[in-house]
Amino acid sequence: MTYLDHAATTPVLPEVLAAMTEQWGRVGNASSLHAGGRAARRAAEQSRERLAEALGARPSEVLFTGGGTESDNLAVKGLFWARREADSRRRRLVVSPAEHHAVLDSAEWLAKHEGAEITWLSLESTGRVTPDALADALGDGSDVAVASVMWANNEIGTVSDVAALAAVAHAVGVPLHTDAVQAVGQVPVDFTASGVDALTMTGHKLGGPMGAGALLLRRDLECTPLLHGGGQERDVRSGTLDVPAIVGLAVAATTAVTSRAERAARLSALRDRLVAGVLEQVPDAQLNGAPLDGLLDGTAAGGPGRLPGNAHLSFPGAEGDALLMLLDARGIECSTGSACSAGVARPSHVLTAVGAAADRARSSLRFSLGSTSTDDDVDALLAVIAPVVERARRAGRGR
Amino acid sequence: MRVLAAMSGGVDSAVAAALAVDAGHDVTGVHLALSPDRQTLRSGARGCCSVEDAHDARRVADELGIPFYVWDLAERFTEDVVDDFVAEYAAGRTPNPCLRCNERIKFTAVLDRALALGFDAVVTGHHARLADGRLRRSVDAAKDQSYVLGVLTAEQLAGARFPLGSMTKERVRAIAAERGFAVATKPDSHDICFIPDGDTRGFLTRRLGVHPGPVVDAATGATVGTHEGTHGFTVGQRRGLGIAVGDQRPRYVLAIEPLTRTVTVGTADLAGVAEVPTAPPTWTGPAPELPLRAEVQLRAHSAAVACTVTAGDGGGLVIALDEAQRGVAPGQSAVLYAPDPVRGDLVLGQGTVAG
Repeated sequence: MTYLDHAATTPVLPEVLAAMTEQWGRVGNASSLHAGGRAARRAAEQSRERLAEALGARPSEVLFTGGGTESDNLAVKGLFWARREADSRRRRLVVSPAEHHAVLDSAEWLAKHEGAEITWLSLESTGRVTPDALADALGDGSDVAVASVMWANNEIGTVSDVAALAAVAHAVGVPLHTDAVQAVGQVPVDFTASGVDALTMTGHKLGGPMGAGALLLRRDLECTPLLHGGGQERDVRSGTLDVPAIVGLAVAATTAVTSRAERAARLSALRDRLVAGVLEQVPDAQLNGAPLDGLLDGTAAGGPGRLPGNAHLSFPGAEGDALLMLLDARGIECSTGSACSAGVARPSHVLTAVGAAADRARSSLRFSLGSTSTDDDVDALLAVIAPVVERARRAGRGR
Repeated sequence: MRVLAAMSGGVDSAVAAALAVDAGHDVTGVHLALSPDRQTLRSGARGCCSVEDAHDARRVADELGIPFYVWDLAERFTEDVVDDFVAEYAAGRTPNPCLRCNERIKFTAVLDRALALGFDAVVTGHHARLADGRLRRSVDAAKDQSYVLGVLTAEQLAGARFPLGSMTKERVRAIAAERGFAVATKPDSHDICFIPDGDTRGFLTRRLGVHPGPVVDAATGATVGTHEGTHGFTVGQRRGLGIAVGDQRPRYVLAIEPLTRTVTVGTADLAGVAEVPTAPPTWTGPAPELPLRAEVQLRAHSAAVACTVTAGDGGGLVIALDEAQRGVAPGQSAVLYAPDPVRGDLVLGQGTVAG
């Protein structure tokens, strides 16, 4: 099996498995006062400190959640509610149309049910949000509750300059949330240095467990809870702490961040070979997103950066779901980037947002590399991509 | 053999897929997202389905360990089946959407795509026998679906597999239960899939609007009632006519004229039809020589009747029924069978009832 879908989820790291297995063997609710509870609490708080250190945050800024979707919902809805409560003029949300659905649908839900107004940011054709675009959308900021721009896009891998965006938002007094689910462990992410006010991360994109994530949230920012109860996480998020998952999350983040530079160099070289090989065999394939020549830190001088493990290509005349199926039948696992719970392939909303025609958006595949990717994986794809595209194009004709 | 199993989420297609796996084929499951009905289709930013049937189909595919995909054919289904259905009613005819779906979606759009993608055949859970390229009635007479497959050509049938034709529905459910499929006890679907509430007249009125007109008695020429649109009627219909006649004898719809919005009704003696003209036929195999003695089934759930088939005008057929039948509605398929009590009645082909 050739796994080229690390952006969907990536294998659990052995050290994560070991740490979680050990923790699972213990009893204790981190909120309990007895010895077992104290031991659990200690494990959770050590993990909070480790995670904070890996991401350049203070431990008190880490809120453990059930993953990226919850963190995005909490940031968008919680900051909207809290900021509007403080000043009823703040009804506007400034959002990139290429966000993950956890952000998009949260914003649209607020628009539908809570009287929010959404201002969609204009994007460069690479998918990047520029500081100027954000400044235009914010205006004087007085009516804005929160702005949300992802650090790196999950489909096309484009990295925006979040620090510059945070500076623009702060100049007009607006907090910036960023979904950094794909960025952590891929590009340097430093919460404090970036200046963002809230940051979403999750465990299973970097070798940790599914269902465990965090929202890094500045201490001085009010955030209305989604989950009420025991108030475990700063009274912003309730629920018994999932200590084994939190331990795994912290080990994963630490490992991924520590080994990041070396892995990024390796993966971007592999990725470049993958893209070059595909373009050689399918000359009319199109690379979506930012060019490959971004620097290893995900940025590029004067232009957007790109996640090191991301290759997103369109194959004009072929349907993405036919390509996916044909590759799957040949043991190659990748993604069309945008499938819903019922599994119907749709044109990527990200490509549509950056102005791609429906055909290009429908004919795209995402190949994403990760810790276990090797040259063999790239070779396996290159061995079959030409006939697969040819067959998918034949199947696409006459539809 | 590489086969594509069309999996609706029902018990029949689940068992058909399972039998294809058992037979040693390389099976891939596909659920067709067809519904243009916004109640069953999630629209919005993602615009995708959340149909429970897709989930049921996926559950079975996962149990079988086969790849599973959802193909979005809603647009094509809307054009070729739903819009056709509405247009046919608007023209005073009575279409069969299941037959149309088999003809244009399952065994054209899906089959063509499957063949192009490298599959050898499409497996479905239809109750009909198919061996050596010949289509026959199912062993289970009550569940037989050969009527709605009668429109397929030899070429289409060559790419089709119906593993359930030689077993009863009871057996199908037993196999599903043995395998622990959650769909083993799922009720059969009866309604037209894009009219989930079963209110065909209401559906058509929403699409076509209210167009009142007279209901006229054929014998007297008298207006005996009014209606809200000719699309609410089918030739041969007896119930729901909304008429008042003095003699208390049942009336049947004899003719529907959309242009004048007239629905003509008459007594049983006038409702019988002995000679059925059709459009040019399709044949499931070599075209038979005419004249031909055969049996004809004139709608989905009626008995076949003996007939003689001759050539008609414009390439069509004339089907002379041994005994006159009520409810011969233009737009329905007249499916011709060669009776065969041993191997199952052979489906010869069909012609759409003209009018």
